[in-house]
Formats: sequence, structure tokens, C-alpha cells
Amino acid sequence: MQVTQNRPIGALAALAAIALGATACGGGDISKAEQSNASASSAAAANNKCGTINMAVNPWVSYEASAYVVGEIAKSKLGCTVNYKELKEDVSWQGFGTGEVDVVIEDWGHPDLEKKFMKDKGGDGSAEDGGPNGNKGIIHWYVPPWLAAAHPDILDYQNLNKYAADFKTSESGGQGQFLGSDPSYVQFDEAIIKNLDLNFKVVFSGGEAASLEAFKKAEANKEWLIGYFWEPQYLFADVPLKAVKLPPYTDGCQDDPAKVACDYPDTVLEKIFSTKWAAKTDDAGVAFVKKFQWSNEDQNTVAKYIAVDKMDPAAAAKKWIDANPDKVKAWLG
Amino acid sequence: MTTPADSSALQVRGLWKIFGPKAERLIGTPDAALSRAELQRKSGHVIGVRDVSFDVAPGEVFVVMGLSGSGKSTLVRLLTRLIEPTAGTVVLDGQELTAMDDAALRQVRRDKISMVFQHFGLLPHRKVIDNVAFGLEIRGDNKTNRRARAQNMINLVGLSGYEQNFPDQLSGGMQQRVGLARALAGDPAVLMFDEPFSALDPLIRRDMQKEVIRLHDEVGKTMVFITHDLDEALKLGDRILIMRDGEIVQIGQPDEIIGAPADDYVRDFVADVNKAHVLTLRWVMRPPSSDLEGVGAPTLNQSTIVRTAARTVLAHQGVVRVVDDAGSFVGVVDDEDILRVVVAEQDHE
Amino acid sequence: MTTTTSPGVTRRGRAAAAPPAIDPRPRWQPALVILLVWFVVWLFTRGHDTLVLLGRDKTSVMNALNDFRDHMLAGRDTNPLMRITGALADAFRSMVTWLQRLISIPAEPRPVPRIGWLGVTAVATWLGYALANWRIALLTLGTFVSFGLFGYWSDSMDLLIIVGVSVLICVVIGLPLGILAGTKKRANGVIEPVLDLLQTMPTFVYLLPIVLFFGIGAASAVVATMLYAVPPLIRIAAHGIRSVPATMIEVADSLGQTRWQRLRTVQLPIAKRTIIVGLNQTTMAALSMATIASFVDGPGLGKPVLAGLRINDVGTALIPGLLIVAIAIMLDRGTTAASERADVIARGGGLKPPVHRALLVGGGLAAVAALWLSTQKFWAAEFTDRGIGRRIANVADHAVDSVTSSISPFTGSIKDGITYGLLNPLQSFIAESPWWLAFLAIAALAFVLGGWKSFVPALACLAGIRFFGEWHNAMITLAMTLVATLLCMAIAVVVGVAMARSPRTDLAVRPFLDAGQTIPAFVYLVPVLALFGPSRFTGIIAALAYAAPVAIKLVADGVKGVSATTMEAARSTGASRLQQIRKVQLPMARASLVLATNQGLLFVLAMAVIAGMVGAGALGYDVVLGTTRSEEWGKGAAAGITIVLLGILLDRIARRAAEPAPKETQWLSLPRGRR
Repeated sequence: MQVTQNRPIGALAALAAIALGATACGGGDISKAEQSNASASSAAAANNKCGTINMAVNPWVSYEASAYVVGEIAKSKLGCTVNYKELKEDVSWQGFGTGEVDVVIEDWGHPDLEKKFMKDKGGDGSAEDGGPNGNKGIIHWYVPPWLAAAHPDILDYQNLNKYAADFKTSESGGQGQFLGSDPSYVQFDEAIIKNLDLNFKVVFSGGEAASLEAFKKAEANKEWLIGYFWEPQYLFADVPLKAVKLPPYTDGCQDDPAKVACDYPDTVLEKIFSTKWAAKTDDAGVAFVKKFQWSNEDQNTVAKYIAVDKMDPAAAAKKWIDANPDKVKAWLG
Repeated sequence: MTTPADSSALQVRGLWKIFGPKAERLIGTPDAALSRAELQRKSGHVIGVRDVSFDVAPGEVFVVMGLSGSGKSTLVRLLTRLIEPTAGTVVLDGQELTAMDDAALRQVRRDKISMVFQHFGLLPHRKVIDNVAFGLEIRGDNKTNRRARAQNMINLVGLSGYEQNFPDQLSGGMQQRVGLARALAGDPAVLMFDEPFSALDPLIRRDMQKEVIRLHDEVGKTMVFITHDLDEALKLGDRILIMRDGEIVQIGQPDEIIGAPADDYVRDFVADVNKAHVLTLRWVMRPPSSDLEGVGAPTLNQSTIVRTAARTVLAHQGVVRVVDDAGSFVGVVDDEDILRVVVAEQDHE
Repeated sequence: MTTTTSPGVTRRGRAAAAPPAIDPRPRWQPALVILLVWFVVWLFTRGHDTLVLLGRDKTSVMNALNDFRDHMLAGRDTNPLMRITGALADAFRSMVTWLQRLISIPAEPRPVPRIGWLGVTAVATWLGYALANWRIALLTLGTFVSFGLFGYWSDSMDLLIIVGVSVLICVVIGLPLGILAGTKKRANGVIEPVLDLLQTMPTFVYLLPIVLFFGIGAASAVVATMLYAVPPLIRIAAHGIRSVPATMIEVADSLGQTRWQRLRTVQLPIAKRTIIVGLNQTTMAALSMATIASFVDGPGLGKPVLAGLRINDVGTALIPGLLIVAIAIMLDRGTTAASERADVIARGGGLKPPVHRALLVGGGLAAVAALWLSTQKFWAAEFTDRGIGRRIANVADHAVDSVTSSISPFTGSIKDGITYGLLNPLQSFIAESPWWLAFLAIAALAFVLGGWKSFVPALACLAGIRFFGEWHNAMITLAMTLVATLLCMAIAVVVGVAMARSPRTDLAVRPFLDAGQTIPAFVYLVPVLALFGPSRFTGIIAALAYAAPVAIKLVADGVKGVSATTMEAARSTGASRLQQIRKVQLPMARASLVLATNQGLLFVLAMAVIAGMVGAGALGYDVVLGTTRSEEWGKGAAAGITIVLLGILLDRIARRAAEPAPKETQWLSLPRGRR
């Protein structure tokens, strides 16, 4: 029985081996492409070769836009190998040490992670600051535009308790509901609420999409909603959310997560590199990623391609790259 | 019974099996003398076999008979240590099984004893021939030898042509023939049968009984045969051991069991038996009133079965003379004696 | 045949001779008293000592866990354990990468994998024909072509690779362990509790420690998948070996077999069919876990599903989700047919008609030709994406959008009804009790319902929950779990009884149950989220969708198992349909109902983490937090452990409370006889 069963497999394995062997000497179009690839990469090696880029893709659309634009340029213009890795922020940082991640293209500031992984902050030195990526990150508490128009005084945190009852939902247990977002984002809302004596309870939406959906729905149906949101985000083009004023950010007011009672700072979004990867001075890919910077508008354009037009991120990036040759050229020059 | 112990094929002395923790401590204590139910109530131990001793002569068919729960199946397993005895000895061909280590025991099982099981115990994933050769394979015979041997056995049990079938393609009777062939294949000194035919329907059972008799005539093996069917016991057994509650009630030849039941239990048991088929003249004859009684009448051996004798006796007016093996005149029977057995039979029916 | 009779059994046997004793006080009466006392004390103490832990607060235990993690990470190059797991991770990773370069990703400097879609599809189809039959071949062909057609070729291959590698390791590890557990009682005593633990542990809880030891990516995916998938193989293999008829073992012994001979010639061949069932179960489990492993960057179809969830697009999540179902069907039917076929061949039925042989040879040659082509030509190597997947996704997305918006007022009222009517009161009762009150009350309930045997583990679990500092969240999760289980059982009884009573209903419903068990939970999260918004109710629905199919099947099979004679007797007394169900079928299917409840509880709890991602908060949220933010790892680990403890607590109480129902596992959920 063994024999009868194994015979077809064995025969096939032998034939497969022959067929695969044939690829070495075959004359198909793939072999030609392979040869030209091989010679191209050896030619590239002569002047400026590009190795592999392990690109972390963190879970929000604008990040995806930046990651894919960088990745697709590196692939198509420099011949790099780009591996996209869909990871949350923290996991990405841990990947620097193991060589699984080379680039985080949009970092919103993680003092704790910097302390752990950056040499100058006392960490193990597996990560280094790659400089600003050109985007400005803004985090606030937001309400839908209709609400700001109907109750202008709601835009000051001191008046929030007055409206707490209107924000009540089945989830908030008698208090007003505050919509938090993806657990992996930088959020201090529970502490802020507690320390400002606000009669609210944080309910987490779970992710970017859920928050987005909630704000869209709130605007469309004139529902009461207050929550954590951020720019750059393509939603603002359709629904210009209004920020609620909190006590202004001062240096160090968010150092102790339990005692936060201030607004989020505007963040210059940074690139973070794996130290080992960034040290490859003769790598064209490294040089390009170090140089890359773009605006919130550009990012929103690509993000919209992805999220609203439902384009594949790589295709969305390509569309933008084709439309903006001069910007691309400047990064590569 | 008169066989000297050292020449017997199988010798069993003082065999006990008590189920339950630390059962060996009970042997020899007064508790061991308690009835099954009492002991169970007292300590939770269950007596499977109690103090059983017997001998089986070479070539003999020794039947162990009892109702379910009598301990007969346990007994047969004790004989090969498929169940470990609590106490007692089993000697096979002069070797004490109960004293052997695992390896020696395994060797005995491979070479000297085979067993035929109630539910056949055939391996469903093996063809008939491979089932028959199974034991040979286990003891390491080479492939050509065991194939040839297995083929012989298959021919012997009348299954030629079915070698390449799988067990579930055969009828129950045929499956048990495979079991028989497997047991015979290793050319064992002793064959053990554990109620081999009780799962078969009556007609097939009769065929198989005939088959066993035929095989016994052909190969002459010593056989220990377990059954709950008295007719089967009487038909096959040279001697019969009757068990109840783990104890021996009676050991004897078939006509002894019927003719002289040891107690009411056995008497009850044999009440429905077709006595004419079993009893010999020895059990129905009466002593002659004088040496000359029935002179000139036909003479029959005392071991003639009543049914066989009936025609002669009934055809003859008056008594018929009965002689023993040596030819000396031991008794007479007349129509009355024969009819008592035969008519009693019909009353029952 | 007489076998060893233990004293315990005989004592029980004797008791049975006397008229059965009637328990003068039913167990629910003291339970009711405890609940009443709990309620009264709650009225006065409510809101005190509830041990609420704010989002970023941590207890010292959690910090200690964090320190442990940092210590392990810092010792990545020196700690022997970390080095072993690191080496294993490298081995798994390179194995997966090698396979990926073979069929899934470009094998540099080739612009395409070494074997293209045409070759893989042709070989798979041919194997389907050679090992099973032409139906399986067609199924395989269809499945593989749809991978490419919908634009998920590479992700599908990745998923198959992860599943394949994991199942391979499962066999290497699981089969010997299964044999050990099946033949050695003592080994089983050690293995069984470990399997219990592995199967009680929610899948996401695995990921935390695994990522620590094996890093992110393929290696963790393989390890997590393997850990999740190996228990059924071990259990079922052991079960198969144990259920080899005693006669066969006796035969083997009477012929003088050694242990090894017995295993090789009797136990394994006879248990083979059962072991193959186990392998099939393991493959299915591997498929579902491999999908979830995309949370730690495991390659495969889980990734596009997750991406769909991220951009809230049902269509994007749905197609890969359905492809996963297609793979499940293909693997399930394929392995089953192949094993049946192997049986036929083994039994000499392998003589094939010449047509078949010609097809086999011709097909083989064609497959090789396709293989060769796919290494040479671009069209045969890369599936050109025609955007079919995108178009279908858009249609699906719009359809779901319009359905959700039109029924959302209706569903909203269901949500409010259950939240305000059931969930909120229960949660406020359990979670707003002082911790010591709930602690004592639950322990007391465990005692009156299950005696010492559930009191002791309950006490240990409660103490553990208290120790890890997630008390308040644990109580919220408990409330949600209870509500979800209640709903789950209500659905299971209604649907299960309907299925059992009408074969047609069964036929219609069962495929949906099968799909519901296979499709990754986060596919249907998107529309549910759209309907109910981020809330505990959404979490409950997600849990229901996951747990209900299993519970329904168990109830249906249990009710179906009520003998026809009994039902005839019931009908002959003139019982109405409702009476038949209520007085005969349900009571007689009690064991199945208990089993279904128990399974329902565990499945619902397993979804606590998913629930945490859609606004249900509590323990699930903290686990997600722990996987995503490094400074919260300790908190996540504590929450994960707490989920496990909660699972054991509920399991022990439910199991003992339902005595004499024997314990069983989801993997052996065959209809059982009644006692």
C-alpha cells in the first residue's frame, strides 16, 4: 500500500526536479529577466547598490501612504528589495534589534521606547532618529462640526461637564462617553479626564477605521460625539472636525502617564531607523530614505487614494509617484 | 485423572485470582474462604478464580464450562498469564509458567500456546493470509516460511482462495476459521479456545464444532476449550470441568457429568440435556441377577452410547448383555432402561 | 470478560441496589440564598473596593512582569532559553522563507517565485486526482485559480506554507506524545492538563509570550499555530490508541508480542483512521490560528483581512475571508477523500481502469509541462490581476453598507434592550461589588454547586485573579461572558432542536455553521461594528458568532441522539410537539446541553480579546494593549493570565455543577450515550 500511494508522488518529485533543473538553462522570458536583474544588480553594486529595506507599516492609513510611497520609489527607481511588515508601533521598535525592521517612517513620539532602544537616551542602541519626515502630527480632542456650530462653548474643556449627559451611551455607565481609539496609539485621555475632573468615561473604538466611522456617522446623523483624533487625516477634507481646547501642552506635562492634565503636543513626525541599517553608507536606499520628506497634503492625497478610492496601497503610491516626478527626483538626487 | 502429573501437558495447582488492591495478602486468611458476595461486601475484593487445580493430558480436549461470571474466561487467561494469577502454579510441558520472567513467557506464548478468541480478534487492516501469519511474523520467521506455513493452515481450515481477502469480507464462521488457522500456525503444544463459537449462529456453530473435532483428529493437539454451552462441552470434551463462582464444581468425562452429577447445581444444569446422546450403557444398565442372565442375547460394550444401543436393545426381546473393555460381563439392559432415557427426553421436548 | 473492579465501583454498585436516594435539598436553593445575601450586601457596599484600574495604571505584579520581559529581551544573546528559541525561530523562518521563494514571493534575482501559479495549480490538481478523485481535483483547481483570480495568490500560498510547516511540526511532536498518552497512564496524567490549559487559553493570549521568545513574523506564526493545533492530534491519537479493542491487545499478547511490536502491528494500524481524523482536526485548527497570527506579522491571508478591518471595508476583508473558507473546504474534503482512497488501495481496491491510469499519466505529464512553463514564462508565473477581486469587494461593501444602514434602527433597539436590560444590571452587580464580596460569593457558589472539587480550584483561580490586579476588569468580562453564553445557549437550543427535528433544516443550516467556524472572526467584525458601534454588545455579538456554531451542533447532535424508540413512546402518549421537546428530548440530551454550555463559555471567553478590540474594553482591551504597547506588556500578560484563570474557574464550576456529565473536549464532540 505504501508503494501504491507513494509512486505518483515520487514520480512527480523526480519530474519536478527535472523541470526545476531546466530553469537554469532555460530560454524563457523569465530567465532573461533574471539574467538582466542579476547583471543590473551587479552593475549597481559597482556604483551605488541598494539592498533590502524592511519597512514597518503601522496601522493607520496616512502611515501606509508614506511607507508605500517610499517603498515603491526604492523598488522601482533604485531596485531595492522592500519588505512591508504590518506591525503595531511597539512591535516595530522591537524589530530593530532583531533585524526584522529597518525603517519606521512616521513616528509620533515614544519617549519610553526611545529610552529603551536609542543609545543617546540610554537604550541598547538598536534604533536611531532618522530626522523629520515632513509631516506635522496634531492630536486633539475633537467634536463633529455640527456640534461645534450648535454649541460653540463646547470647544472649551471647562464646559464639557455641562454636556456630559448628552454624551451618554449604553457603554458609558451614566457618564459621558469619550471615544478613544486604537490601543496602540499614544493616548492619555483617561488620565486627562480624571485629573481635570471631567464626568466622562473612555470607551475605545479599537482602531482608526472605527473612530473615523463614528465621527462620520455623528456628523451625518447629528449625534453627540467627542473623542481622540489626529491630523494628518484625510477625513478632515470631508468633515472638518473641531478641536476642544485643553490646558496647553508644556514640556514634561506628559512625562508621568498617570498625572497628565494637558493637551497633546503638536508633533514633528520623525523617521526612525535601525542603527545597523542606517550605517550602510554605500547603500542608495539608505541615502534616499534619509532624504525623504513630504507634506501633510501629499500624504492626505495618497491616503485618500487608499481609503476612499479603495486602491491597493502600492498602486496608490505609484499613482502619486507618476504624478510628482520632480519631487521624487529631488529625493533621489 | 489417573495421568501422572509429570507427563501431563498442562498442570494447574492451587490457582487463585482475586481482583482488587493487594489481593495477594488475602490468600490463606479466613477471608479467602468467604463466599464471593461476602468478600465483596467486606473488602471490595472480587474473587475471579478460587483454588483451582487440574491436569490436562497430552492430546486431550479439556473443556471448562460455566455460566457467565463463573470465572471460566478468567481461568483460561490465567493459564497463559494474560491475567496474572494471585497465587498458584501453572506448569506447561514441564516448564513453570508462573515463575517465568516476561521474556521467557513471551517465548512460551510464541512457541507453545495459542489462543482462539470469542470475537476472533482478527486485525482488520491485514489480509487473511497476513492474519494467519501474524504470530509467525512476531516470532521472527522469515517471509517465505511464514507465507508457506500460513498457506498450509489456510488450506487445513478450508479457506483456500480467501487468502487475499480482508476479515470483514468474510462471514463470522469463516473469520473464526482464520482465528483457528492463526492459532495452529505456530504449531503450539496447547491450543486454548475462549468461547470461540458463541458469537456464531447455531448452524455455523455446529459446523465449527465438527471442524474442531476433525482438526483434533488430524493434528492431535492438546486443547483447553472454554464454553457456556453444555451441548458443545459434551460434544467436544474428553473431560469437562464445571465452574461456578470461580470454583470447580465437578471434573469428569461427559457421561460421568450426566450420569453422576456432583450436586444439584450440575443436576439442574444437565437436566435438559439430550441424555440418550451422551449416556453410555454403563449409566443405565443394572447388575445381572446371575452370570447367566440373557445368555445368547446380543452383547454391547458398556461405553456404547444409549442412542446407538437403542436399536439393538429394542429389536431384541428381553435383556441385552453389557460387557466392559476387557470383555467381562458387567450388567444387562432391557427396553425399559433404554426407554426411560429416551422418553424422559421427549417429555422435556 | 472480567476486568479489575475497583472498590469504589463496587460500593457505588451496592448503593444502586437500594432505592436511589433523593437529594432533599436541591443545589439551586443554597445557591439562591447566596445570591440573595450577595445582593443585600451589594446594596450597601456597592462601589467600594472595586479595584478599578485606570487605563495606564499598573500594579507591582504587572511591573514585575514587565521587568521580566525586559530581562529576557536584554538577555537575547546570553540567556540559554532565549538562544534556543532564537535558533528555533531562525530555523522556522528560513524554512518558511525557502518555501515562500519557491511558490510565493520573488526568488531574487528572479523577478518571480521559482514555481509560478500555473505549475503550483497543476501539481496540486494532479495530486488531488492521484490521491483522492476527480471531484477533489476539480475542487483544488477551482480553489487555486480563485486565489489568483481574486488577486490573493501570494497571501494564499503564504497561508498554505504556514499551515503546512506547522502541521508538519505538529505531527513530529504530537504523534509520539499521543502514543505516549495513549499507552502510558502516567504520561497521560501529565499531558492531559497541559492540553486542557492550551485549549482553554484564548488564542490571542498565546501571542504575548510567543512574540517575546520567537520574535515577530513567520517564526511566531508557526509556533503559535503549532501550539494551537497540536492538542487535537495528541488527544485524538491517544483516544484512538486507547480504543483499540481489548481483544486485539489480548491477541497480540497471547502471541507473545513485545510492546513495540504491539504498537507497530496492532495499535497504530487500527488507530490509523482515528489518527487521520485527528490530523484533519489539527489542520483545520492550524488554518484558523495561522490567520490570527497575522497580528504578529505572520504571512498569509489574515493580513488582507486585517487590512480590511483597518480601513473598515467589508469587501476587502470578505474576499480573503472567503478564500480561507475555500481552503478549509479543500483541505477538509481533500484529506478525507485521500484517506478513504488510501484505505481502498490498501485493501486491494486500487486496480484502476485503463482510462484512469491514462488520465493519471497524462495528467502527470501535463502537470510537469505546466510546472516547466511556469518557471519560464511570465504569464504562467504571475497571475495577472484583473481587478475582479476589487470589483466584487466594492459590490459587497456597498451591499453591506446599505443593509446595515437600513436595519440599524432595528438592531440598535436590540442592542439597547440587551445592554440596559441584561448587561448593565449584571455588570453593575458583579463588577461594582467590593472585591471581597464577589470573591466570597463566587467561592461559595462554587462550593454549593460543585462541592470541594470545584471549590478548591475556584478559590485558587479567584486568588490568582486578585493577585494579578485585574479584578475589576475580570468582573466586567465575567458579566459579558455570562450574558453572551446565555444568548448563545438560547440560540443553540432553538436552532439545535429545529435541526434535530427536521433533516431539511439541518441540511440548510449546517454549511453556515461550518463556514462560521472557519471564517476568521474579524471578517464579520466590520459589519457588526457598523451596526452596533464600538460597544460591549459588539463584543458579545462577535463572541456569539464564534461560539454559537459549536453549541448549536452539540445541541443538535445531542437531541438527535435521543433514541427513536423513546420518541415513539413519547408520541404514543399523545405528547404535543412542545411537550416532546421539553419533557423528553431536552432532558435526555442533558449531557450535550451541559457540554454545549461549557464549550460556549470557553469559546465566548476566547473571544474576549477580539471583543476588546471593538470597544468592549475590560480584559480583552488590556491584552490588546499589552501586545501593542511595550510599557503595557506586563499589564497585558496579567490580563491574559486572568482570562485563562477565569476560564478555568467557569469551566470547573460548570463541569462539577453538571455532574455526572463526563468531561469531554470540543475535539471529541461526538454524540454521546446517556447515562
